[in-house]
Formats: sequence, structure tokens, C-alpha cells
Amino acid sequence: MSVKSDNFFMDSVKDAAAGGLIALALFAVLIGMKAEVASGLGGQLGIVYRWGAVAVAVAIVFGGRLLLNLFVWKADTPVTQTAGSLLPNLQSFAPLGKYAMPIFLVLAVVLPFLLMSAYGARGSRQYLDLAILVTTYVMLGWGLNIVVGLAGLLDLGYVAFYAVGAYSYALLAEYFGFSFWICLPLAGILAAFWGIILGFPVLRLRGDYLAIVTLAFGEIIRVVLLNWYEFTGGPDGISGIPRPSFFGIEFTRGEGGFADTFGLEFSSIHRIIFLYYLILLMALITNFVTMRLRKLPVGRAWEALREDEIACRSLGINTTNTKLTAFALGAMFGGFAGSFFATRQGFISPESFTFIESAVILAIVVLGGLGSQIGVVIAAIVMIGGFEFFRGLEEYRMLVFGLLMVIIMVWKPRGLISTRNPSITLSGKKGKGISSDLVQEGHG
Amino acid sequence: MSSWDNNPVLTIEHLTMRFGGLVAVDNLSFNVGRGDITALIGPNGAGKTTVFNCVTGFYKPTEGRVVMNRSNGEHYLLERMPDFQISARAKVARTFQNIRLFGGMTLLENLMVAQHNPLMLASGYSVAGIFGLSSFRSAEREAVEKARYWLEKTALIDRADAPAADLPYGDQRRLEIARAMCSGPELLCLDEPAAGLNPKESAELNALLQYIRKEHDTSILLIEHDMSVVMEISDHVVVLDYGEKISDGTAPEVKDDPKVIAAYLGVPDEEVDAVEEEVGL
Amino acid sequence: MEYFLQQLINGVTLGSIYGLIAIGYTMVYGIIGMINFAHGDIFMVGAFIALIFIVTLGITASLPVALLILALIGVLIVSMALTAAWGWTVERIAYRPLRGSFRLAPLITAIGASIALQNFVQISQGARNKPLQPLISGGFTLTDGGADGSGFIVQLSYTQILIIVVTVALMIGFTLLINKTSLGRAQRACEQDRKMASLLGINVDRTISLTFVMGAGLASVAGLMFLLYYGVIDFYIGFLAGVKAFTAAVLGGIGSLPGAMLGGLLIGLIETFWSGYFSVEYKDVAAFSILAIVLIFMPEGLLGKPEVEKV
Repeated sequence: MSVKSDNFFMDSVKDAAAGGLIALALFAVLIGMKAEVASGLGGQLGIVYRWGAVAVAVAIVFGGRLLLNLFVWKADTPVTQTAGSLLPNLQSFAPLGKYAMPIFLVLAVVLPFLLMSAYGARGSRQYLDLAILVTTYVMLGWGLNIVVGLAGLLDLGYVAFYAVGAYSYALLAEYFGFSFWICLPLAGILAAFWGIILGFPVLRLRGDYLAIVTLAFGEIIRVVLLNWYEFTGGPDGISGIPRPSFFGIEFTRGEGGFADTFGLEFSSIHRIIFLYYLILLMALITNFVTMRLRKLPVGRAWEALREDEIACRSLGINTTNTKLTAFALGAMFGGFAGSFFATRQGFISPESFTFIESAVILAIVVLGGLGSQIGVVIAAIVMIGGFEFFRGLEEYRMLVFGLLMVIIMVWKPRGLISTRNPSITLSGKKGKGISSDLVQEGHG
Repeated sequence: MSSWDNNPVLTIEHLTMRFGGLVAVDNLSFNVGRGDITALIGPNGAGKTTVFNCVTGFYKPTEGRVVMNRSNGEHYLLERMPDFQISARAKVARTFQNIRLFGGMTLLENLMVAQHNPLMLASGYSVAGIFGLSSFRSAEREAVEKARYWLEKTALIDRADAPAADLPYGDQRRLEIARAMCSGPELLCLDEPAAGLNPKESAELNALLQYIRKEHDTSILLIEHDMSVVMEISDHVVVLDYGEKISDGTAPEVKDDPKVIAAYLGVPDEEVDAVEEEVGL
Repeated sequence: MEYFLQQLINGVTLGSIYGLIAIGYTMVYGIIGMINFAHGDIFMVGAFIALIFIVTLGITASLPVALLILALIGVLIVSMALTAAWGWTVERIAYRPLRGSFRLAPLITAIGASIALQNFVQISQGARNKPLQPLISGGFTLTDGGADGSGFIVQLSYTQILIIVVTVALMIGFTLLINKTSLGRAQRACEQDRKMASLLGINVDRTISLTFVMGAGLASVAGLMFLLYYGVIDFYIGFLAGVKAFTAAVLGGIGSLPGAMLGGLLIGLIETFWSGYFSVEYKDVAAFSILAIVLIFMPEGLLGKPEVEKV
């Protein structure tokens, strides 16, 4: 036993040392030597040496790997297993989905009041802003889930429809003075229209090719927004986008404002709370429609398409139309979310619609577990909430974000919630979840 | 003039399919009789599956016509139709040599997908469905009943709510047939339905096919290597070799055709043994 | 005419750089069927490593020519080795644990790795762009006609010659490597059927790792060339160059080495001519549109094998 444990310890150290050496090779140049335009060199580059930082980075890799070796990878009983048995297992959560959804819902509805009572109007503002942000991503994730999770079509340009929605609202409001409530459906329709236009030529593509073409389309739309100065304002964007009213009642101080009408004391938080409930409602409608469609023939056809397209065609399903409806619906919800984004910010520019946004939304869907609605909620809270949590680290945020994407995916390739619930059962009861190992991921 | 030429459900005329320089099917003509079980046999690589793919629209033939004559008097030129319409409008359903089920969906869901088009109509292209109108709900109940019927017929009812990928091989074959039947076909094309089945399952399959033909006005066209299935249930046998038809007739006629025997003996294959056994050589 | 020739030369130079990056995409796609999203960022890392060594060693245009060339070769070798280590590490951490799993998972880790690499370099090297004094100046001036201005003047700089020559040499060496050596054979076997290859005693993991290493090595050459040609780099150059190189790989037929090179040349030419004759602002739109058009109408590319749908 002792011999074994000696070897085990030495192996772990050796392995960690190898990791450390590689880290040294990787980091020595990129961290240790920083090329900087030095003063006094006439604008030429000089090198700033930072060996201390390299030592820290290498030590982190060595120590991290050693600990992982000792307690997880090579240990007889990995710590994660012990810890995992203490924590409730995520898989066992899946059947609890029917409880999780109402709990989340109640929490989401009472959240503003909880925050108000805990932090007061002034203090709760930042948390409400964060909640609005997370809910926006939940809605986007649910919209994309139709395309990627149900229909199995990999879309890397989803942000294009978000942009179309945002710009539709901003431009309609700017040129025609339309209000938010008129623009919202128009933005959704326009985005769906673009979804069909962009979707039509690409839908016969398979695999990663579809992903790349959708990425290309997303970038084309962004570059056009950036360069069509006369119409979109180019990189300056559009500012002064009208704020939403409470069905005609503005959130302004004084006579006829929201606070005045309802006999409240004026507070800027009212608008924030209203925005929060607005996006929550929009997201819930998205969820409702999606859950409903899943139990309809079109939803079943989406899932069948993900499983086997050729078999679908042999059963008389028009696969092109089926894919287009998925694309158009996903795009429409993206468009709704986009016009919400525009009215909340009051200012939009192409900056907000880069590829990274598409990647983040896709990551939320995949990390949550393809096709799982509750998974999207959890992933959005973890990714976006966690991301904001690291705000203190400022420049390290995106680095941590990228690394998290890798780590979570390696840990759970099928996402957090990975069982599929049947859309209909013969017994009439809620069916047993289907393991993700059996579910296909689609080819598009 | 044989019985299948009088009132054919499917007429194939001068069908030719070339892949580059390779001629997979060469000037093939035959009829599939209404209400018959027609078998398409031939050695490996004879072009049987290619014929199937031309009939069901997965390939567009280089030359020739494929005509579906529905019982309501409508005629469809299948070679001109997109594949999904061949099932939806011409009412031709098929199964696949390498089973293609929706593995992550339950048996019931598989059969519901097969009834996509009528359900889509009933759901008002999803609009009525979203609001849960009763017309859709009753249509859905009917669809479930139809699925239940076929699950019972194929003895899969106990596993209706289990994922299709969990079924054993033989059950998957039967489920594929049940799924094809749920789309309400007038012609059912089966690509090697008995492949990989044990003798007991094979006998059950024969009974199922006989039942479908008798009770459902569905004609059957099948590709098969298992001669016991072919000889036992088929009314009409068409033999292909190197893309050409070498024999066409009833099972006993074909069995004694010297050209057929030569074609099979020419291949060093287990099929030879099977044919030898059947024809008593 | 002179304008056309000048654009042609510039396009071929740019195309060579894209081609070198495209090889990395095409090889990885060929062997494991995934888009290595982080490859563009590996190219960026390569450019940074080269820059750091050039500055550290004090290589400037004032060195004697022989010494300059020797120094650049040294920088090239070291940065190839270090960039290859980055490529290996990304494969080891982000892709290998997911081999044989769900297809979307490695795509997400690839995007994650790309974000992480970009931000790592942004933090460690700073967000500002890094200008480098030109190392190789001068070149040939091809003229025709007299001094009255009726003839044309076309510049072919030594840097451009260097880029084209190095690319051609690497391409030849690489094609030989894939076609003649046992490593190349192992690679082609893994492309065809990974399981069978491993049954026949090929170390599949090692072969895949080596593919990433080679791809990263070539990307670092492209990085050095990019640095010499443009004289300025920043942490974000990987994304656009990556997408364009991927377009090149697809245009040429993904999985095909000559295809990647041909696609690279075409994309370089199209981009240069588009900027030269139409508008610089929309040059990326041109590249993206070509990508979309090629994938939609000719998904097998120019030199690729068509994919047959099996029923």
C-alpha cells in the first residue's frame, strides 16, 4: 500500500512538473516579455521583462495540476465524487423540472420586491439591471434553442437577428416616430423575414458549414450596419431611442407621469422595474410558445429533423419549410429581444452585435443542455451572472469567460440538463426523460 | 398477360440510372400489381436499392418514368416530384436498409411524426394548435389511436413511451414498418425487412405483411435476400442482375428460370446456398 | 495596367499568407472533422512570438543582409516551435477530452479557446497595436517606357518575394511530408477511418496532436510574414484572418492541401482587387459573401471530393 502511494505521489509530482514545464515554455515569451512602445525610443518597441508573473503563472499550473492529480484524476476516490454525493446530483434534478420551473418563476416575479426591501430603491438598481440583462439572455437563449436545440440547425449568426430587431425599432422610431408598442411586433416580423431570407439558401447545407455561413451572414449584417453611414449612423450608432411608456404613460416626473398617475412618489427605479417585468413577460411568452410548439406537429417535425432528415423526407415532411419555420421563429424572438435592448439602452451601435454575442448565446444553449428550457435559465444565470460577478477583475473577465466555456464543456459535454422529455405519452402521464446519449444533435 | 399488368399500382417504364460511367439500372420496366406483394430480388449490387431510391424520390432517374396509380384514379409521375411529396401526395412510404428511426424520440412520437401532414392541417399550421383549439385536440386523439393500433399490430405497445433507440434490432424493423403505415400509404416499399431477423421474427414479419396487404388496401414492394420470405409471401417476383431485369413472374416460375439460377450461382455468396436450398439443387 | 499588376502582386502576397493559415484548418478538418475555431488566434500568437523575438534580439534593418536573413530564420524556427506548443496545448486541453463525444461540444470549446487566447494576449501584451519598423526595405521596380510618365511602374518588394518564396517552399515540403512519409500515411489513414487506423496500430491521438502541431507551425510562419508585410499587429488580427483563411480552405475544397493554397490565393486576389477597384470598407463583406456563395453552390470546393448522401 505504501509503495503504491509513494509511486502515486511521485507520479503526480512528475506529471505536474511536466505541466509546469510546458506552461513555462508557453508563458515565458507571452507573459514574461511584453513588447511595448517605450518612451525615449522614438516610438519604437522595447521589451519589458516580467519574470515574476511567469513564475506565478507556472506555479499556478504546477500546483493546480498537482492538486488535481492527487485528489481527482489519479485518486482512488476523487474529491469531486465525494463532493458530488454531498451536493444534489444535477441528473436527479431533471425529473424535478416541473418543480424547478415554478420556483424560478415565482422567484423571478417577486425579485424586484425582494431587492427593493433588501437594498432600497437606490441600492437595488444595479441588481435589477443585472436581472434584466440575464433575462434578456434567457430570452435569446430560448429563441436560439428552437433553432439549435429542437431543429438541430447550428446557427452562429443569431446576433444578426438581435441586431435587426434593435435597428428596426431604432430606425422606425427615428424616421417615423413610431412608439415601442407598434415597433415591437414590426421588429419581430422584420427579423423573421430576414431569418427566412438568410435561411432559405443555407438550409441545404450540413454540419459545420451551416454554422460558418450563418457566422458569415451575421458579420455581413454587422459590417453593413457599420459602413452604411447615412442610414444607420455607422460606428456612431443611433442615440436618443425613445424609452418605452407604460401603455402610453411616460415614466417622467410630474404631471401625467407614471408616479403621478398611480399616486406614487417619483423614482427612477419605476422604469427599471417596468423594464424588468417587460423582458420577463417577453421571455415567458417565448417559453410558452416554444413549449406549446414542441407538442404540435411542427415541433415534433423539428425534433425528427434533428434525429434523421432522410427519414423525415420519406414520411412526407417538407424539410425546407420545417427548417425555415424554426429559423424564422428563432429570428423573430431574437428580433423582439433586440427591440427591447434598443429601448432599454436608448443607444445602439454595431459594437453590441459582434460575433462574441452569438457565441455567448450559443454557449448558453449548449451549456444548458440542447433543447432544455430550464437549462438555458441556469446557464444564463451562471454565465451572465457569473460574468458580472467578475466585474471587479475587469480585464480578466473575458479570459475567465473563455476558460469557463472550455471547462464546463469538458466537464459536461451534453450540458447541465441533458435529458429529453417526450412530447406526448400513451399513458398520458409525464414520460420518463430520455437520456441524451440516445438523442441526436442534428447535422446542421 | 399477367394479373399485375391489368391494374398496376406502380408502373416503371424504361428506368435507367447512371452514376457517371456506371449504369446502376438499365432500361428496367415492370409493374407492381394492386394488392400484390411484389419482391425485387437479385445478387448484391444488382441495383435493387437504386430502383427503390428512384421510386421514392431520393434519386432522380437519368431516363424513364415511374408512375403511381392511386386507387382514387389519380396518377403521379414520381420521377418529377420532390421526395417528400411522394409520400405526402402519391402515398408511397418506405423503410430503409439501415434502419432510420428517430432514436431519441419515443415509439409513439415516431408514429406521430409519420402523421405530420394531416396533423399539421388540423393544427391550422400550428396557429390553432398554439391556442389549443378542440378541433386539433380531437385530430391528435385520432392520431394517437392510429398509432396505438399499429403499435398493437406490431406487438410494441408495451414500449410505446420508451425511446426508439433502446429497442432490440428486430423490434426496430417492425417499428419502421409501423411508422411507414401510419403515413397511410397505398404502396409500401420495404428495403430488406427481414435482414438480421431470426426465424421466429421472420415468420412474424411474414404474417404482418400478409395482414397489411389483406386489411389495408396497401400494395407492397420489397427487396429481400431471405428466399424463405420471398417464396412464401410474394405474388410476383422481379429479378435484377447488373441493373437489368432477367426474370419476371410468379415465385415458382422465377425459381425454375435457368437465368436466375445462373445469376445466383455466378456469385460466391451465401445467397447461392439459399437459392440452391430453395430450388432444390 | 500598372495598377492591375500591382494589385496582382499584392494579392498573391496576401493570398500566400491566407494559404498558410488555411492549411491548418484543412488538415484539422480532414482528420477530425471539426472547425478549429482557435486556429486564427494561434496565428495571432505566432505573430506575437515572432515580434517579441525580433525586438528582443534587436533585429533591425541596419544589420548586414546575411546576418538579417540568418536572424530571421532563427526567429522563424523558435516561434514555430513555441506556437506549435500552443497549438498542442489547445488540442490537449480543449479538444482531446471531447473526442468521440457530441459534435457541438468541441465547437463550443474551440470558441472558448479562441476567446481565451485573444484575451490572454490582450492582457499580457496590452491592447494597443504593436508597430514594427520595416526590416526589409527596397525591392524591384519594374518599369516600362520612358521617363515621360507614359510607361508603368510596378513595385515588387523584397518582403513580397520572401513571402511568396517561403510559402512555395513550405508547400512543396509539406506536400512531400503528407504524401511520402509514414506520418503522412498515418494522417491520411486517420482521415479515412480513425477506428480502423487505431486497430492497425496507428497512434491516433499522437497523429492528431501532430496535425495540430504542424498546423500551428505553419500558422506561425504566416504570423511572421504578416508582421513583416504589414509591420503592425494587435491581439485581434486572428479573427478576421482566421475566417478568411477558413473561407480559403472551403473554397479550395476542405481536406485538400493544394486546395487550401489555391483557395488562399483566390481569396487574397479577390480581396485585393475588391479593395483596389470597389471599396475598402466592404472588403470583408466580399470575403464573407464568397464564403456563403461557395458553400451554398459548391460545398465540395474547387479541389475537394463531393460528399455523396447515402440513403
